[in-house]
Amino acid sequence: MSKNVEHPVEVAAITPVADTVKRFHLVSVDGKPLPYFSGGSHVVVTMRGTDAAGAPVVYRNPYSLMSSPNDPGHYEISVLRVLDSRGGSHFMHDRVKVGDRLILSNPVNLFPVNGTGRKHIFVAGGIGITPFMAMMDGLASVGGNFELHYGFRSRSHGAYWRELQERYGANRVNLYCEGEGQMIDVDHLLEHQPLGTNLYICGPAAMIAFFTDKARLAGWPEENIHSEQFLAPPSGKPFLVRLQKSKIEFMVGEHQSILEAIEAHNIDANFLCRGGACGQCETSVCSADGEIQHNDHYLTDDDRQSGKKIMICVSRFKGGELVLDL
Amino acid sequence: MLVSGIKSRPEYHGLTIDPYAKRRLFVLGGEGALALLEKPELKDAHFRAKAEILYVPQGSDHAATLRAVGTAGYWEAPTIPTLLVRLQVILSTAHMGLRLYAAGTEGFIGQVMQVGADAGINFNSIRTEHRGSLARRVSCVHCKGITENVTTSPAVCSHCGLTLLVRDHYSRRIGAFQGVCINAEVPAEIPPVEELFK
Repeated sequence: MSKNVEHPVEVAAITPVADTVKRFHLVSVDGKPLPYFSGGSHVVVTMRGTDAAGAPVVYRNPYSLMSSPNDPGHYEISVLRVLDSRGGSHFMHDRVKVGDRLILSNPVNLFPVNGTGRKHIFVAGGIGITPFMAMMDGLASVGGNFELHYGFRSRSHGAYWRELQERYGANRVNLYCEGEGQMIDVDHLLEHQPLGTNLYICGPAAMIAFFTDKARLAGWPEENIHSEQFLAPPSGKPFLVRLQKSKIEFMVGEHQSILEAIEAHNIDANFLCRGGACGQCETSVCSADGEIQHNDHYLTDDDRQSGKKIMICVSRFKGGELVLDL
Repeated sequence: MLVSGIKSRPEYHGLTIDPYAKRRLFVLGGEGALALLEKPELKDAHFRAKAEILYVPQGSDHAATLRAVGTAGYWEAPTIPTLLVRLQVILSTAHMGLRLYAAGTEGFIGQVMQVGADAGINFNSIRTEHRGSLARRVSCVHCKGITENVTTSPAVCSHCGLTLLVRDHYSRRIGAFQGVCINAEVPAEIPPVEELFK
């Protein structure tokens, strides 16, 4: 059984905020407050609709909550219209209208502010700004010490930079517009930071790897370096999956994840982030005559080598048949 | 009688040297000196140039050897409290890139970690190695007094005089094990004293 709670919400407003980013203002259908959350939390949004051929489809994507953690009256998420979309972000951009209903999971925080930290440095690339908006709001309300370093392609692509600088000031909100040749001086940033400083990175994988490496090389302990990235389940060749306990077998489609295929057969599997980060959907592999393509960033190298575990939200399989203990 | 299997019981995984630290501060008490002296890295001049030692001998005779190692800094404290004050001052102006190492008895390590955490260091990033006696720092849950160098259980609280069962239950915040009155129901009954933490 999955432990997932569903919160039906209504889209109260949709605001375009940058070239390919829209903000969705969500309120609960029954008018009651939504659960309180901590800055850095995300929700999984379930969208129900029809595909081009008119067949019903379900999309589920994780989105960071960017509204104030102190206001459970509504949630806000920002959705980037992904170029190579599997459907979810295009659905949110092109199909969802004010008044439509969506289903939210409980908020889950895999990217919390370290409460014992003395100072917090947020490094955002593009849409990676969203979790930091809630984190900064939360920290600002308790007088926390933070600064933001936010990079984007162009002024029209970057979301929220103007409001953030107005709200927190140019001392705390540092902007880097790639189109104008502005680059962050990482070495300078990591030097002379007081003891107890925490670094948080959210953005493209290469950016996360770059800043994480830089911080390590500057002697920062692992415990002070935090990052979050949700992976979209990668596409690939279809493959055969058999569920041992449910006694059912099916093909996982080219643009489908194992988890989505399982759900399409009305079997309840655990999940939280659907992006390879949280570990909730870890599933035991009974047998696999082929190669498991691990796409998550949760399992350890030992786990992967054992061939006994798979994260069904993002990982795929190449070979004859993958048998799962579900 | 020792209540065991408690998760808060600290573990000490040894002074693993972080390869990228810009500054390494070794805070050593008594036999804890050996935890650093046995490190092969000490032969490396680059390593020594970034290493500083704060040492309290506590009756051990490693001071001369430690001083002769030739690290960038060496400072000897007469007592643990004076060493902790010095540590506090160093950390108050330190930057990210400093790595804190502590070796000695559990009570010593616990107090160093308290100062480190107060300065904002994540306790998980402090490298520790237990050397020397197993004697414990015990906090009496009744009067909150701390008794140092407890080697037995039960032990008498040096503040309120109650007979305390020494548990594995540990508080990082106060850097001590918990002691709970063992004979509250029948004060006349005094269980046999075992020397558990020599």
